Amino acid sequence: MKIRRDVFQAIADPTRRAILLLIAAQAMTPNAIAEEFHTSRQAVSKHIQVLTECELVKQEQKGREIYYHIHEKKMDEIDKWMAQFKNRLETQFNQLDNVLLTLKKQKK
Amino acid sequence: MKSLDFIVDKTAKTVFVEREFTAELPLVWDAFTKQEILDQWWAPKPFTSKTKIMDFKVGGRRFYAMVSPEGQEHWSIQKYTSISPKTNFKMTSAFADKDENPQLPGSDWDLTFTEQNGTTKVGILIKNESLARMEKMFEMGFREGITVTLNSLEELLTA
Repeated sequence: MKIRRDVFQAIADPTRRAILLLIAAQAMTPNAIAEEFHTSRQAVSKHIQVLTECELVKQEQKGREIYYHIHEKKMDEIDKWMAQFKNRLETQFNQLDNVLLTLKKQKK
Repeated sequence: MKSLDFIVDKTAKTVFVEREFTAELPLVWDAFTKQEILDQWWAPKPFTSKTKIMDFKVGGRRFYAMVSPEGQEHWSIQKYTSISPKTNFKMTSAFADKDENPQLPGSDWDLTFTEQNGTTKVGILIKNESLARMEKMFEMGFREGITVTLNSLEELLTA
């Protein structure tokens, strides 16, 4: 069974966030990424795999090396979604402002 | 129009929201706990809120629908798990079908009310099993409006 990966799970992990930050600055090879961490290469490679499955990173072959890039479009989705939730709450609460105003008038 | 504080902690999978209202505490409390007032503001327009069951007590529930302009109903259940009158209440919220079968897990909401000089502050801590659960709202037609550009990756990732 294939587990559906979601971007929120992907960024819930601190190592994966660190990887994203690293490659946001510049595209990197898996070895170069692994050198930045104190964990095993397998562990780092597993994290990269999760990020790839979530389409947060893209890979590009350059000669014999693979380079990992950040997938900006996908990162946008997270931001956009959060903004929508915020937007929805703002709408609800602005409506509540009006309701409270009406109720206060009725009391007087 | 008052501003909304909105703090996302992706690691803890929480969203903390804070908002002030120009009204005394008992009224704001009623607005969050009484069916007839809730239904006036809970659904973001053009949706409307329709509460079928409301039993505001510990162990009680609110079973309601967000109704789209086309008449489509999106049901949810909120179960009240703790109530300290006019101070705080906690609930779990989950999407459901029309027969009250919840889609678990939902999210946990912790609402705190405080008043100062006729202004009531409401703080809401929302905790999700998975933030992706909230993605559900995409399906509910809240796609309207806002387009936000990704301006700071650092800010987003370390939030």
